[in-house]
Amino acid sequence: MVRRRRELRHLIRKWILAYASFVADVFRALDDETRRLILDELAASDGQTLFEICTRLTMRHGLNSTRQAISQHLGVLESAGLVVTERRGRSKFHFFNSEPLIAITQRWPIAERGTNT
Amino acid sequence: MRINLTSIFVDDQRAALAFYTEVLGFTKHHDVPIGDDAWLTVVSPDSPDGPELLLEPSSHPAVKPYRDALVADGIPLAQFAVDDVEAEHRRLTEAGVVFTQPPTDVGVATTAVFDDTCGNLIQLIAEKPASS
Repeated sequence: MVRRRRELRHLIRKWILAYASFVADVFRALDDETRRLILDELAASDGQTLFEICTRLTMRHGLNSTRQAISQHLGVLESAGLVVTERRGRSKFHFFNSEPLIAITQRWPIAERGTNT
Repeated sequence: MRINLTSIFVDDQRAALAFYTEVLGFTKHHDVPIGDDAWLTVVSPDSPDGPELLLEPSSHPAVKPYRDALVADGIPLAQFAVDDVEAEHRRLTEAGVVFTQPPTDVGVATTAVFDDTCGNLIQLIAEKPASS
């Protein structure tokens, strides 16, 4: 019994640690203007190749980052779970995944505001 | 100095000729047998004396890794100018052509990217009039 409880506590602690590092990854991923712009563009039009993302950042936002730099930004977003990739045919497409953001609003719920304040 | 000819690698020259003439609408310019292959070029009917596009066999071992890496990242190997990207997107989609990037407003122009079925991605571009 005692051993079971200890095991359970150990599991919970491991889960909390995993949760903490997951949330930290999400915040770190969002703490960069280029990465926020990438998410803006994916949210506006989901499923883009690296080439399309670079084109949009250059032509619509005046960014002059290299493709390699954008590729690294996408890697950070992907490891935080904010971007998922899928190969369709011979090309790789990037999609916005809002699920990690749900964890943030669950932790700090957005209060429902009445209309008469 | 003028740009007279540029080339893209194609998996199958005959299939490429069919796609570039029948689907895209270019005109065959040269088709000269060289061994098992051909010196095969197309031009735009809008400028028959303009630059030729050579449809070159992709048999060299360096071609596959080079193209695979570019196509994976969605990077086109050539750009063709059109009057209306949206209209071409509709026309080519109906003809079964797959786009990796739908028509996108990039400020000074509208662009789109499609798969030429011969191993390459091609960008279409329509520049916006300077006045607007």
